[in-house]
Amino acid sequence: MTSLLIILCLALIGIVVVQIGRLTELAGSIRGEGETQLEINATQGKMMLAFMVIFLPACAISALYYQDSILGYGPHTSASDHGALIDSSFNITLFFTGIVFFLTHIALFWFSYKYSGKTNAKAAFMPHDNKLELIWTAIPAIVMFYLVSDGLVTWNKVMADVPVDAVVGQDYTEIHAQGMQFAWNLRYPGPDGVLGATNYKMIDGSNPIGQDWNDIENLDDFHPSEIVLPVGKPVRVRITARDVLHNFYLPHFRVKMDAVPGMPTYFVFTPNTTTEEYRQRLGELDRNGDPKYPEWHEPADETEPDGPRRWEAFEYELACAELCGKGHFSMRRLVKIVSEEEYEEWLENQSSYYLTTIRNTDKDPFAGQLLDTEIKARKTEFTDNLQKALSSETDKIVKLKYISYETGSAKLTALSKYELDNVVAALNKYANLTIEVAGHTDNTGSEEANLALSQARAQTVADYLTGKGIGAERLRVVGYGQLKPTDTNATEIGRENNRRTEFEILTQ
Amino acid sequence: MAATTVSPVKDREDILIEEQGFDDHFHDHHHGDRFQSNFIMKYFFSMDHKIIAKQFLITGMFWGIVGAAMSVIFRLQLGFPEESLTWLKPLLGQWIVVDADGIGKLAPEFYYALVTMHGTILVFFVLTAGLSGTFSNLLIPLQVGARDMASPFLNMLSYWFFFFSGVVMFASLFLSTGPFAGGWTAYPPLSELPQASSGSGAGMTMWTVSLVLFVVSVLLGGINYVTTVLNLRTKGMTMWRLPLTIWAFFVTAIIGILSFPVLASAFFLVMCDRGLGTSFFLSEIFIGGQALDNVGGSPILYQHLFWFLGHPEVYIIILPAMGLVSEVLAVHSRKPIFGYKAMVYSILAIAFLAFIVWAHHMFMSGVNPFIANFFVLFTLIIAVPSAVKVFNWITTVYRGNIRFNSASMFAIGFVSMFISGGLTGIFLGNSAIDIQLHDTYFVVAHFHIVMGVAAFFGMFAGIYNWFPKMYGRFMNETIGKIHFWGTFIGAYAIFWPMHYLGLAGVPRRYYSFELFDAFAHFDNMNKFITVAAIVVFLVQLLFVVNFFYSIFKGKLVTTKNPWGATTLEWTTPINPGHGNWPGKIPSVHRWAYDYGKDEKEFVSQIEPLAAGEVSDGEGGHH
Repeated sequence: MTSLLIILCLALIGIVVVQIGRLTELAGSIRGEGETQLEINATQGKMMLAFMVIFLPACAISALYYQDSILGYGPHTSASDHGALIDSSFNITLFFTGIVFFLTHIALFWFSYKYSGKTNAKAAFMPHDNKLELIWTAIPAIVMFYLVSDGLVTWNKVMADVPVDAVVGQDYTEIHAQGMQFAWNLRYPGPDGVLGATNYKMIDGSNPIGQDWNDIENLDDFHPSEIVLPVGKPVRVRITARDVLHNFYLPHFRVKMDAVPGMPTYFVFTPNTTTEEYRQRLGELDRNGDPKYPEWHEPADETEPDGPRRWEAFEYELACAELCGKGHFSMRRLVKIVSEEEYEEWLENQSSYYLTTIRNTDKDPFAGQLLDTEIKARKTEFTDNLQKALSSETDKIVKLKYISYETGSAKLTALSKYELDNVVAALNKYANLTIEVAGHTDNTGSEEANLALSQARAQTVADYLTGKGIGAERLRVVGYGQLKPTDTNATEIGRENNRRTEFEILTQ
Repeated sequence: MAATTVSPVKDREDILIEEQGFDDHFHDHHHGDRFQSNFIMKYFFSMDHKIIAKQFLITGMFWGIVGAAMSVIFRLQLGFPEESLTWLKPLLGQWIVVDADGIGKLAPEFYYALVTMHGTILVFFVLTAGLSGTFSNLLIPLQVGARDMASPFLNMLSYWFFFFSGVVMFASLFLSTGPFAGGWTAYPPLSELPQASSGSGAGMTMWTVSLVLFVVSVLLGGINYVTTVLNLRTKGMTMWRLPLTIWAFFVTAIIGILSFPVLASAFFLVMCDRGLGTSFFLSEIFIGGQALDNVGGSPILYQHLFWFLGHPEVYIIILPAMGLVSEVLAVHSRKPIFGYKAMVYSILAIAFLAFIVWAHHMFMSGVNPFIANFFVLFTLIIAVPSAVKVFNWITTVYRGNIRFNSASMFAIGFVSMFISGGLTGIFLGNSAIDIQLHDTYFVVAHFHIVMGVAAFFGMFAGIYNWFPKMYGRFMNETIGKIHFWGTFIGAYAIFWPMHYLGLAGVPRRYYSFELFDAFAHFDNMNKFITVAAIVVFLVQLLFVVNFFYSIFKGKLVTTKNPWGATTLEWTTPINPGHGNWPGKIPSVHRWAYDYGKDEKEFVSQIEPLAAGEVSDGEGGHH
């Protein structure tokens, strides 16, 4: 009903306008065309002038009103080193184009008004003037030459890749952002500082970026949910796409680069303002204690008028700036710029995607093998336990967590040797050390059989040690069977804890 | 022979044509004119350039309304995301998604389809076919003194290819998977993979078919325009005596002939990728849970091919408007266009540079940053000939005796728009600044003002100015002025604020700004823009009403040359028939801009030079 009314109203207005048009035409023809035209010239000339008087100040005033949005003004200054150069190029261009904009518009509208057709006036015959043409060719050419030079100096600085001798992980951080419909996948290189190789054919549900797990540089890479970067350190973003074009866009950092399937791109920048500093800048008060940028003092959430202010809730954002399909407008990630210490702390809390998600699944090419890092970690764990036992008065037992046997047999599994080698190293290091090697089982099966099995298993361990040159006199071998459980036998986990090999320090 | 069809009281033009004109024995060959014998042949399959011009214009107007209405619909979504659009359901059906609260929203994929169609329709169907197609057809034969185009048949084909291109595009709007939705630039892989976007299925197929037909139309038209200008100029019409309109159409046609085939080649490669499993633009893609086999292609290659047309295309759009405005400003300022030769040279310079700046659309696309050094240089050099043109237009108005009517006002408005939109090009052409501004609303503001609004202003100036020649009647001036002021103020109201949005970093082609804190706080501005867009749209409807009303009821033209213009079209009868001049073809003795010379109001091009007089604008005598 309302829409019908609106349509009727519009139609009515249309008819009225057409009738007015007809009437003025009629009136004009009665009064004589020449006279009517002269009157129109006078009014329309004045309207041109009036338009100028309103339009040009409106341009200037609106620019002042929105100055907080304009590059390099208000709080809208860049949060990266190179961004300042871009903002400066922008403002140099704004200066020159602003002058031209106002002068040409004043001339255009003023002349339109001044030379609106009059009865006795006559247009001047002035077909051309080569000197004038030369002047207004040369002046723009000189200004353009200056703008091109300024722009290209900035451009080549900003777009330069990291220096060839820069070391990744030390001189700069390299991170990876991969665009997909409709999200950004993020990847950090982990402690080695190097991003592992990728192959789009390896992408699947558990491997969103297509990391090649055969490349050991992938094993420590992690996938954070937001970009966190230390202030003041150059970062090189490796930008890729897995389906269609995307664009890695960090508005606050003046960073923008397409993500192209099949062709990695990059952008190097150095953040120079932490998130917290940027918030402070937005929340600044002027000399009178009033907010400098009032819009940032509105509540961040309209439904919570007493909640945090917008400046307090501010976060840097990553967006997509290349049309990529129906969810293009929703590819948001947060970006946090923090101090070096906070960054290190954050890194500590990240864990390798491979270790948390891929390790020992059927996707893992190293399943059934120990990684160097794991060997190292087990050694550290063993050494720590040994030290504890050596220095303890009461608890002299060291559990050999990583020794295991084939089911129902005393045969050591292949991976047990790493733990056994740790024991050999300890016995070699501490010449006075003598130990009791003890085997334990859970309570399933007969007591005699368990006793025999634990005895046999302890003996296998002792045999390995003596085989590595440890004197048999330093070892006592015992099988306790199911007699010394450390946990309940009622649960599977408890039973697993009870099936164990350990040693007790006898002398040290 | 000629005397029988001329009005009984011969005016000076007729006498001059009779005395000085060139006799091509037109009527000896054209008895009965079998090509215009019946209604269908006259108004549908016409080979008369004037009818074909009207066909282009009215088809262009249809598409203009469709394209503009689309922008109003997506502006409603952007400006008033909380308001329900359920009332559009009868029109848009499944594309209005009603949520749990009963609020009908535009489906995002259809929002992108509308954006894509709006761009495609406006750029190609309205501002290429509707503008250049209309006025090249109307004015080239009339202003160079030719009976018709070099090949009237190809000219007719040109229109019908355009028509069928439009039919295919229009049909694609009704596909259940939706029309193409990957942006008017149709970048692969999005445009090639139906898995990536529902519009990239049948929608994209029809889009490419439609545009290939369109390229054929442009080429048929362009070949005709160039041939006609080169070969069918009347006696005495040297190149340096051509009005600037003709220079503009001539150069535009050459640009089109050189660049549109490259677009067609890009589309053929897209079709190969889509249909034959080739990998021109595809490489290493994982989509829809599947890794595709395509390797070795480059999406960037498509962008090079596309923009090799795409950039010249903006000059294909703006040069005709520039030509029309130059002519209209001179006629209604009653002054010669200032710096005629500089205007011609700047058209040629712009046309040349148009071909070596395409990669400025691709600074952030991943191409080697080194190549920007060339493209920035050439791009910013375009500002020089553009500035020359602006200064010359302003100086044309200077010390004139301006007759204010809808045509001249739109011409003045064009200059303002061209300045405003041209200056922002200096920011975007500078790759360093483009890092921040690329694909933001600043770009939207820039190109809408400089090649959208400005080109429309040139088109309107042309329509109001040559309507008397097309239909023998005037358009209503009062409605015309309402149209001008509504559009002039309204267009600035729409696009000026977008500069601030862009500077604040708001990206274009966003269905919603709510998800990003950085983009979300411009609700009032977005509302304002939408309201302004609706007002401007309604004002255009007023123009359409005026146009059709005036065809039938407009004030009659009573003299051959109502504007007191110097060019040849105003020496034809008020309603010229097929062949334009009933008798001889006029011969030309001077340039087209003798306004106010030697105390005369104007001197027609067919007026012989007085003893010792030289025609301006021609080389050598200064």
